[in-house]
Amino acid sequence: MKQLPASIWTLTVGILVTLIAVWVGNNSHFFPEQASVQAPLVDNFFNLMLMIATALFLLVAGTIIFFAIQFRQRPGDEGDGVPLEGDFSLEAYWTLIPAVIVIVLGIYSVEVFTEMGGFAAGGGGGNHLLMSHHHHHEMKAQLVSDEMSEPTPEFEAKYGLGGAGKPDVIVTVTGMQYAWIFNYPEGITAGELHIPVNKSVQLNIKAADVIHSFWVPQFRLKQDAIPGQDTELRFTATKVGDYPIVCAELCGGYHGAMRTRVYVHTQEEYDQWLAENLVAQNPDLSKTVAVHTEH
Amino acid sequence: MAQAQLPVSGEFPVASGHHPTAWKWYDYFTFNVDHKLIGIQYLVFSFVFYLIGGLMAVVMRTELYTPDADVIDPNLYNALLTNHGTIMIFGWIVPAAIGGFGNFLVPLMIGARDMAFPRLNALAFWMLPPAGLLLVGSFLFGGAQAGWTSYPPLSLITANTAQSMWCLSIILAGTSSILGSVNFIVTMVKMRVPSMSWDKMPLFCWAMMATSILALLSTPVLAIGLILLLFDINFGTSFFKPDAGGNVIIYQHLFWFYSHPAVYLMILPIFGIMSEVIPVHARKPIFGYKAIVGSSMVICFVGLFVWVHHMFTSGTPPWMRMFFTVSTLIVAVPTGVKIFSWTATLWGGKIRYTSAMLFAIGLLIMFVVGGLSGVTLGTAPVDIHMHDTYYVVAHFHYVLFGGSVFGLYAAIYHWFPKMTGRMLHEPLGKVHFLLTLIGANLTFLPMHVLGTQGMPRRVAMYDPQFTQINQICTIGAFILAFSVIPFLVNVIWSWGWGEKASGNPWRALTLEWTTDSPPIIENWHRLPVVTHGPYDYGLNHHQEMPTTPAHS
Amino acid sequence: MTTAPTPTELTLPQEAHHDDHEHHDFRMFGLLTFLVSESLMFGALFAVFLIFRSEFPAWPPEDTEVELILPAINTVILVSSSFVIHYGDVAIKKGNVAGLRKWYGITALMGIIFLAGQAYEYATLGYGLTTNVFANCFYIMTGFHGLHVLVGILLILGVMWRSRIPNHYTAEKHVGVEMAEIYWHFVDVIWIILFVLIYVLAFVN
Ligand code: HEA
Ligand code: HEA
Ligand code: CUA
Ligand SMILES: [Cu+2]
Repeated sequence: MKQLPASIWTLTVGILVTLIAVWVGNNSHFFPEQASVQAPLVDNFFNLMLMIATALFLLVAGTIIFFAIQFRQRPGDEGDGVPLEGDFSLEAYWTLIPAVIVIVLGIYSVEVFTEMGGFAAGGGGGNHLLMSHHHHHEMKAQLVSDEMSEPTPEFEAKYGLGGAGKPDVIVTVTGMQYAWIFNYPEGITAGELHIPVNKSVQLNIKAADVIHSFWVPQFRLKQDAIPGQDTELRFTATKVGDYPIVCAELCGGYHGAMRTRVYVHTQEEYDQWLAENLVAQNPDLSKTVAVHTEH
Repeated sequence: MAQAQLPVSGEFPVASGHHPTAWKWYDYFTFNVDHKLIGIQYLVFSFVFYLIGGLMAVVMRTELYTPDADVIDPNLYNALLTNHGTIMIFGWIVPAAIGGFGNFLVPLMIGARDMAFPRLNALAFWMLPPAGLLLVGSFLFGGAQAGWTSYPPLSLITANTAQSMWCLSIILAGTSSILGSVNFIVTMVKMRVPSMSWDKMPLFCWAMMATSILALLSTPVLAIGLILLLFDINFGTSFFKPDAGGNVIIYQHLFWFYSHPAVYLMILPIFGIMSEVIPVHARKPIFGYKAIVGSSMVICFVGLFVWVHHMFTSGTPPWMRMFFTVSTLIVAVPTGVKIFSWTATLWGGKIRYTSAMLFAIGLLIMFVVGGLSGVTLGTAPVDIHMHDTYYVVAHFHYVLFGGSVFGLYAAIYHWFPKMTGRMLHEPLGKVHFLLTLIGANLTFLPMHVLGTQGMPRRVAMYDPQFTQINQICTIGAFILAFSVIPFLVNVIWSWGWGEKASGNPWRALTLEWTTDSPPIIENWHRLPVVTHGPYDYGLNHHQEMPTTPAHS
Repeated sequence: MTTAPTPTELTLPQEAHHDDHEHHDFRMFGLLTFLVSESLMFGALFAVFLIFRSEFPAWPPEDTEVELILPAINTVILVSSSFVIHYGDVAIKKGNVAGLRKWYGITALMGIIFLAGQAYEYATLGYGLTTNVFANCFYIMTGFHGLHVLVGILLILGVMWRSRIPNHYTAEKHVGVEMAEIYWHFVDVIWIILFVLIYVLAFVN
């Protein structure tokens, strides 16, 4: 019963495992909705790993359970098993195959990370060498414009996710026990984040007391707010709606309550929101509103 | 079933006359230098702390049954989670696996009469009770509340007294761990019976070697981190005070330089236990002895260079995020080698489904889940979403509970007869296994979903959309708490009144089984001579091991 | 599910040829292993120091400068004491206990002078532990090292105390003497690195 069907068995098992793994990889509904350009990158990468992990798990766990049943002690058999101490080619296989998988995942990580803007952290400063040349002009432009567009001149992020070029919206985010404060260069202070859809947004993140972590699950983006060290997040929201902003780093007793929301508006709604708040918060500026919203 | 009290082996006079032949119960509460007694001291001590840490978890899970912070004060919740993590690591897994089984088994497995420095050994153990008392006592001052990672500045501004006690406690435990490691290394290098060459040394000892090297290299760095933290809290320095020029990220590097290796400190000895338990109960030589030794060493080495994967969303420059992504992924390879080798060891075996073996096989499957989720966390792009969520909590409970705790249970079922001279009750052991398996998966599997969907960790109050899944977790935790009862009953009853164990009830081939159960003081009347490998099952190197059915 | 017990004595009956109750002295190996761990402790402090140094525009910052002459003299004393202590080791290898005591005594004295110099420096520096991050590093690093010097002196004094007992140390048996020496060398090497980091680098900005 062992010899002939063995290869057929292997084939069937292989196909089955592959099918299940591919299905799981493509049908996991664990993630919340995707609302930023980075979200699908993360999800696809995760789902690929989930697929590989499912396949590996089914193979390993399946083999273990199969062996556990097949090679159980039969009643009355007090003897020992096959005195097999190793097998070089088998061991080489199960070292090399995982090594290849891992290398592929490593390369893919770097690629996804680059696409997410990981290497552009630090006002685009870090990515000159690593990103391709067509960003060059924008880069220079940005280095200049950086100074001017910063809401607080001394802001200097070395960490986070960055991007080339001048962002459409810049917001300074300050984490404090237990709230997020959002400052717009236009002179608005808010407890919630308002941004336009499909526009590049630059968050300059600071912490006032202890470490906090700015996280929007629907954006798949997270960056710690670190006292004494500025960080940044550059992203583009892709779906109108409102999503939770969650503090992810333990920051005291009410860390769990440090939640607010991000509102992704259409450009018109956003402009309107800006205008309303500008007037509300800076009554004397009401005349210049039109200029500011003209971006 | 005889009436004999704590196992005594009075029949043979011990070779050197200046010791009694067996210890009395009160010796277990003294500064005794016998490695076996110290091992048992470690195990009992750590299990008590496991119960305390587990109780904290149960209270936390009760709080998390509802989205609001309605059962306990959120600050108390933070104190519980901090001390739950700390106690489970420094009070349970590390002392039980390294201190407990390491001390009991290493000299016995290499044919030594004791550790190289018995008094140092006792000293290392007796640093733990004060460390434990400091943690428990810190609750009088509100308890440390900054998580087991104790990142400043939060740790500098909350519960200063309790936080300082926490620091001192960990410094004590760390010193104990360094002294223990020195002892293990010297013992294994210098005190093997002359007939035991390196390639005949049991794999548990190899695992302890890797563990000790890792502890020796990483613990001092944590000690420095905590000393600086202590100075910042109490003596006005500002290493980690940003407004005075300090840098909070440096602490994170110091902490994780130790604490990532620490997770391997908690799994390498368990890997060693697996390599002992599986061959014995499968009646098979271990598959790929050299590969397993090598992979322990590779894990030990690579494990020193992956720590920044805990800091992907922190103040970490891009190149570092990528470097540590790759180094982290590499660890999967040597770990896989071990998993596959144990699986291959099962092949062609005649597997005895003892409780020890059930926990070992359960571990194999549970650990793979935790390891694979670890790999997904190891990539920076995914970790940016998953970091500090319940997905991470799920990951580390799969490796720590499904790995380390399952492994410790396997070890207890396997070596209890050797330690006490009594067998554990097998059916009760199986009940324990089933409850633990169900409880663990019910508690920790749904947490993957929680984290992915957006629930952060270390929160006492959460978004109501997560209520249902949290309730499943809480029910699982109750089952886990309940699962301890059959185990405790089993251990207490068997220790006193269980079936007597022979010197070698599992017919195993490593040296600890060549002496009485429990071993006499100084272990052997005459040191054993190694005539075969530790895993030569089914090989006819010796007639003592019947390879054909033999009933007795 | 049964496990058949078999006789205990699997490998026991073979002859044990050697005296297995002999007490070997593994202390030296133990000490060396321990010192590996210790060096990482200092290594961590050095790393912290260097990270801060790379972050600050001026290191040491203004008003917390260090001086060079006194520490340099101190360095010379400590480094030469490493040679002095070695003479003690050479002496005991020839069975010369009096020589051992002489050289170890001088070493201890040099150690004490070093500590006194250190204390004098602390007293005259004009800033304290909490002045700024550099001062934090300075006092923690030199203080932690000073603590090790103190332990070294105590070890040396311990060796001298024990050397009163006739035949406690002989030409063949003097592990304790060597351990004190190795520890002293270790403390010395650490100081050299410390000296370079704190004092020499302060002048090569
Ligand atoms: C026993 C303890 C233990 C063990 C063994 C591990 C093992 C691993 N861990 Fe885990 N980890 C923890 C305990 C442990 N961890 C703890 C306590 C934390 C949280 C700390 C805190 O923040 O409080 C943590 C957190 C943690 C993080 C940080 C998450 C975050 O906070 O954002 C990461 C990220 O990289 C990580 C990765 C890994 C990896 C890659 C492994 C690997 O070693 C796993 C290797 C194993 C396998 C991969 C499975 C078997 C292999 C195969 C079947 C071969 C084929 C596989 C492939 C080709 C992929 N762990
Ligand atoms: C080996 C390590 C280990 C083990 C075994 C466990 C075991 C358990 N852990 Fe643990 N856990 C950690 C290590 C571990 N944990 C770490 C490191 C953290 C991170 C901390 C941090 O963020 O800083 C953590 C965090 C953590 C959290 C996240 C808290 C948060 O982020 O808000 C949760 C939540 O459910 C949890 C639950 C549990 C549960 C239900 C168990 C169960 O397995 C426990 C089962 C219970 C028992 C076995 C005891 C039952 C006994 C009784 C009820 C009777 C008691 C009687 C007497 C005392 C006499 N743990
Ligand atoms: Cu702010 Cu958590
Ligand atoms: Cu880690």
